[in-house]
Amino acid sequence: MTFSPELEKRFADLLTHYPEGRQKAALIPMLMYGQDEVGSVSPELMAEVAKRLSIKVIEVEEVLGYYSMLHRKPMGKFHIQVCTNVACMLVGGTELYDHACKKLGLTHLETQKGGNFSLEEVECIGACSWAPAIQVNYDFHHHVTPEKLDTILAGCK
Amino acid sequence: MSKLYNEPSPLEVKVVSKRFGLENSASIETYLATEGYLALKKAIGMTQEQIIDEVKASSLRGRGGAGFPTGMKWGFVPRQLDKPKYIVVNADESEPGTCKDRLLIEFDPHSLIEGILIGALAVGAEKGWVYIRGEYRYLIDIMDKAIAEAYARGFLGKNIAGSNLSFDLYTQTGAGAYECGEESALLESLEGKRGIPRIRPPFPAVSGAFQCPTILNNVETFCAVPPIIRDGGKAFADLGIPKAGGTRLVCIAGHVMKPGVYEVPLGFPMMKFINEVAGGLRPGRKLKAVIPGGSSCPILRGDECDLNMDYDSLAKAKSMLGSGGMVIMDDTTDMVKVALRIMRFYAHESCGWCIPCREGTTWLRKMLQRVTDGQGMTRDIDLIGDLAKNMLGRTFCPLGDAAALPTISIVEKFRDEFEAYVAKNPLAKNELVTVG
Amino acid sequence: MADQVTLTINGKQVTAPAGQLLIETCKAMAEIPAFCYYEGMSLQAACRMCLVEVEKFPKLQTACTLPVAEGMVVQTESEAVVKARKTTLEFLLSNHPLDCPVCDKGGECELQDMVFKYGAGESRFTEVKQHVPEKQWSPVVFYDGPRCILCYRCIRVCDEGMGVGALGLTNRGINSEITPSHGDHLECDECGACIDICPVGALTSGAYRYKTRPWEMEHTGTICTHCGDGCKTTLGTRGDEIVRANNRDRSGINEEFLCIKGRYAFDFNHHPERLQSPMIRLNGELQPVSWTEAIKAVAAKFTEVKSKGGSFGVIGSTRSANEENYLLQKFARQVLGTNNIDHPRSGDIVTLLDALSGKTDALATVDDIYHAKGVLVVGSDLSQQHPLLANQARANFRHHKAKVFTVTRGPVREDDIAAASVRATEGQEIAAVESLKDKLAATGGLVVLIGASVKGDDVRKLVALGDSLGVPVKYICLMDASNSRGAMDMGVTPDLSPGYKPVDKPGKTMMQMLADASLDVLWVTGENPLAGAELASKNAFLVVQDMFLTETAKRADVVLPSASGYEKNGTITNTCGQTQRLKKAVEMMGTKTDLAIMGLLARAMAANIGASNVDAVFEEIRSTIRGYNVPLPVLMTGGAAHTMPVNGRVPVAVQADLISSKGDTLFTSGTLGRYSKTLNSVMEAPGKLYGQPVSKS
Ligand SMILES: Cc1cc2nc3c(=O)[nH]c(=O)nc-3n(C[C@H](O)[C@H](O)[C@H](O)COP(=O)(O)O)c2cc1C
Ligand code: SF4
Ligand code: FES
Repeated sequence: MTFSPELEKRFADLLTHYPEGRQKAALIPMLMYGQDEVGSVSPELMAEVAKRLSIKVIEVEEVLGYYSMLHRKPMGKFHIQVCTNVACMLVGGTELYDHACKKLGLTHLETQKGGNFSLEEVECIGACSWAPAIQVNYDFHHHVTPEKLDTILAGCK
Repeated sequence: MSKLYNEPSPLEVKVVSKRFGLENSASIETYLATEGYLALKKAIGMTQEQIIDEVKASSLRGRGGAGFPTGMKWGFVPRQLDKPKYIVVNADESEPGTCKDRLLIEFDPHSLIEGILIGALAVGAEKGWVYIRGEYRYLIDIMDKAIAEAYARGFLGKNIAGSNLSFDLYTQTGAGAYECGEESALLESLEGKRGIPRIRPPFPAVSGAFQCPTILNNVETFCAVPPIIRDGGKAFADLGIPKAGGTRLVCIAGHVMKPGVYEVPLGFPMMKFINEVAGGLRPGRKLKAVIPGGSSCPILRGDECDLNMDYDSLAKAKSMLGSGGMVIMDDTTDMVKVALRIMRFYAHESCGWCIPCREGTTWLRKMLQRVTDGQGMTRDIDLIGDLAKNMLGRTFCPLGDAAALPTISIVEKFRDEFEAYVAKNPLAKNELVTVG
Repeated sequence: MADQVTLTINGKQVTAPAGQLLIETCKAMAEIPAFCYYEGMSLQAACRMCLVEVEKFPKLQTACTLPVAEGMVVQTESEAVVKARKTTLEFLLSNHPLDCPVCDKGGECELQDMVFKYGAGESRFTEVKQHVPEKQWSPVVFYDGPRCILCYRCIRVCDEGMGVGALGLTNRGINSEITPSHGDHLECDECGACIDICPVGALTSGAYRYKTRPWEMEHTGTICTHCGDGCKTTLGTRGDEIVRANNRDRSGINEEFLCIKGRYAFDFNHHPERLQSPMIRLNGELQPVSWTEAIKAVAAKFTEVKSKGGSFGVIGSTRSANEENYLLQKFARQVLGTNNIDHPRSGDIVTLLDALSGKTDALATVDDIYHAKGVLVVGSDLSQQHPLLANQARANFRHHKAKVFTVTRGPVREDDIAAASVRATEGQEIAAVESLKDKLAATGGLVVLIGASVKGDDVRKLVALGDSLGVPVKYICLMDASNSRGAMDMGVTPDLSPGYKPVDKPGKTMMQMLADASLDVLWVTGENPLAGAELASKNAFLVVQDMFLTETAKRADVVLPSASGYEKNGTITNTCGQTQRLKKAVEMMGTKTDLAIMGLLARAMAANIGASNVDAVFEEIRSTIRGYNVPLPVLMTGGAAHTMPVNGRVPVAVQADLISSKGDTLFTSGTLGRYSKTLNSVMEAPGKLYGQPVSKS
């Protein structure tokens, strides 16, 4: 498997971050950054990462199954993550999530045909004081209202 | 001017947040122009014992949630041991209600680096990692940039600031798992594994990252270190109250007019904080309940909040100061739904390693869901409380307690709301109903 | 000796070595329940069943992780403790399908036992249980997620015990489940250790599933009939069918260890093609006849050829019992008057014994491999050919940091744990071992495992090299089959009678017999020499005793259906020279043991070969063969008795070309393997040797 030069450089750097012989430590970052480029933690990506770290594929599987940001199937080009944890819930997070479901015709962890949008109800994303909050891919949006959400979605092109 | 997330309050005492909002506050130029790296230079001239003593004198307690005295923790590292020593920063910030470490890294990454370097001096560490939750990708970019600047200016790498200290620092991304905020699970995650906590002892100070002695602290804890060394431990301690020195960042969210992250001294009166710092409740609303420091803390009723925000006062009220994530609920709040949402979180985040937490959180989640759906039985209310108590103290790591404690307190303090839900079920008193 | 501490458990004073885990200390007085704790494996503290009350600790403590300390005061059955256990069980049962009536583990399930002991009260759980369908990971291994209590024993036994690491844990929280090496299926040794160690019915075996209930089985402890390592196996039988094999009582030299062959490849035993009637060639076709007719025909032919002064060839088996091989050579030498007796040899034990003459205690046992400071493997793919010995070496490495060395012609699994590995083509191994000399000398003690490619002078050189190291060295001559070593000890050779005593006039070797165009009779018991070879003598009368119609049996004039190793009593000797007892577990209609067949033949020929019952023959072996005078109680209680059948020179010249390994892997086992459905069904079969796939035999 080949990656962009930027990602290759990132991988190469990562391997220098840990004590000798402990390069497995690069596994989670490699899967995260790899997923960003490949779209998901595909079987090919799993195998490639396992090969580069000299670990077994099952060690990758163990990690892949554990972390909720790692996905086996590609998410949409715009992955809409709506927080409904307490702080957000108290100020309209749940309604915001319901609105997003209706608007996108999706529920939790579903991806639209064509792959533009996917939706996820997420746990606290660390924006409690500026709730309700969402993340579109890695971008935070604070104090989101249904109207503001519509605008954000409209801007996702 | 870097854009602030909320207006500061005149009642704040700004120590770790003093650079928030400065022009280019994250840049090394701004940092150096505002007393940056002075503490490091001072620390270079101190012995390891002197540094640790200074931190002890500050009565700094860990800002990650458990509140363990930081100087003491650093003192546990066996410095004679012939193994490399490491520093790990807990920037996993996942405790619901908490959003302060994010600001520290966003606005003042160099104070974190400086705090880490002082820690490295104190224990003779040679490498460190800032473990940042996966959702905070933009912070990784900010942190990486700050690290690069520090290398460029000789504050990282070999012979830092002309001293014998050599230190390498890296960022490490998480990938979505609350449990990885627990220190030993974090170390597992750092090593490329599932975030399953470790059996302790040994504690990280003896066997941490890559089985080497490690000091692991919260972001805010490290950020408090440069002012402590610069101005002396006592000055910091004096800001707070005895046994709990300094200031801390409090994130206030929920039903207040001015939610935000504010820095106040330890021992600051809670009602004053809610009413004056955070602008008080919405007009006409009454305070119903408060999560004082992240969702893992037992909840306080509105009338229990006339207390000071410090470790002992909250312990006396049978709750905890926790991680500084305060959530305010007014009288419109449905406490059963709050209990359910909290349990959904813990059931989702339980690592699954031990039986009581894995099964207990899920069972409670299902029951709370059923009660909320109007299918609850009278006996369910006691059962919820009972199951939560059965988890308490029996799980492998504190996540089980974190799930049980708020639940127990909500059932105890807001039982009438559960009863009201149950009353909606016409079959509520029928003992022989199986659902599903 | 470790420091002792005194503590109080349930009001009684106990002393224990400092640092011992509380759960172990308690064993003597109060069994502490545990799912995840398993002696010898890494600690998990996951199940929380072992919580106990310890004074001065605010919370209950896990006995599985707490080292005992001076003055500790422990309660193991206090009210708080019992309540904790009960509620943990209640939690566990909340998602456990209560399908005990159809669960294979019903009756021997640790969860069932625990609930029986502590009770889980009436179930207060009324929600829908988590459900995921059962999965088949391999022909051997099935996983039923909902039944799994996540004790992680399987993961650990596979990784830490077997050194395979084919199981892992995936997903999180309530969705956590065990996952196989390759996404949806397993590629591993298929040893089934995971199934055996599972405390509940989450992992079940393709061989045993839904076949029977534990209490309907009878259990017989005997020895595996496949490779030369000699694992003890307990056969669970129902009527005359073997339904299960395991070694859960940890008795025997292998403790819990069994490979796929020991655990599942008993299924050849009731293969539909098992011969159940004697056959005689009539008009060119083999026709079923009665035992009386068949024995009469063989006896008549033997008597006729003998009286004419004709020539006999006799081939013994590497799988039949010592008693049978002993009697066979006696029959050949005394009744038929010939030294033309041999069997397929797979290790140069003769030269090794000769080279060790005068030394005592120079042969290693299975246990020695686990305790030695160093282990040197020369010329064997140990994990493939000697799974138990490989397991011992691995355990030694893991528990005692033993130094392992490999000198092999290709990569082997032991390389992973080796302090040094050298590649050497067959016959060139000694030079390679020389290159390791300093490292070997630094081990402080060594067990040398010698594969079949090292023979003749090379064996002597190896022993000389061992002598020069200045550390204690013991040896094992690796041999293929369950009783390869016994066949040698029993004198099933043309030049050595029992106990390696040279005969006056050596007879023909197996190859020579096959090549002898004038041979009159060839009598083959339990071997298949014509699998890849021709019988030169077109007119030779061929008598074959076997379980199946092998290539050799197909050419026979008389075929006598014989009993398998699981259908007879007797003794066999493993590759280390450890003698153990075979115990009859089942019977196959129409077959007879080789011993019984010889008894009948002798009677029909009116020849005197002495008593032909197992005990009498073994007595004769005990009293005549050096080293076999083993204490009977050891054997009778299922133990292994180490033998050293000679301790002086063995003055014969070994023909090195007679010795070669058949190259069975973990997934092949000569003829038996061909008739084992399980062995043939797994995708790993026929396996690899030295990293190279072997061809299907
Ligand atoms: C379930 C769980 C989650 C935690 N999450 C965090 C977290 O996100 N950030 C953090 O700093 N500490 C967290 N902690 C606390 C850490 O285990 C640890 O006590 C802390 O990082 C130590 O740093 P301090 O002494 O500076 O507070 C968590 C603890 C538990 C039990
Ligand atoms: S309490 Fe147990 S299952 Fe829960 S997170 Fe901790 S170790 Fe994992
Ligand atoms: S045996 Fe101690 S927790 Fe499982």
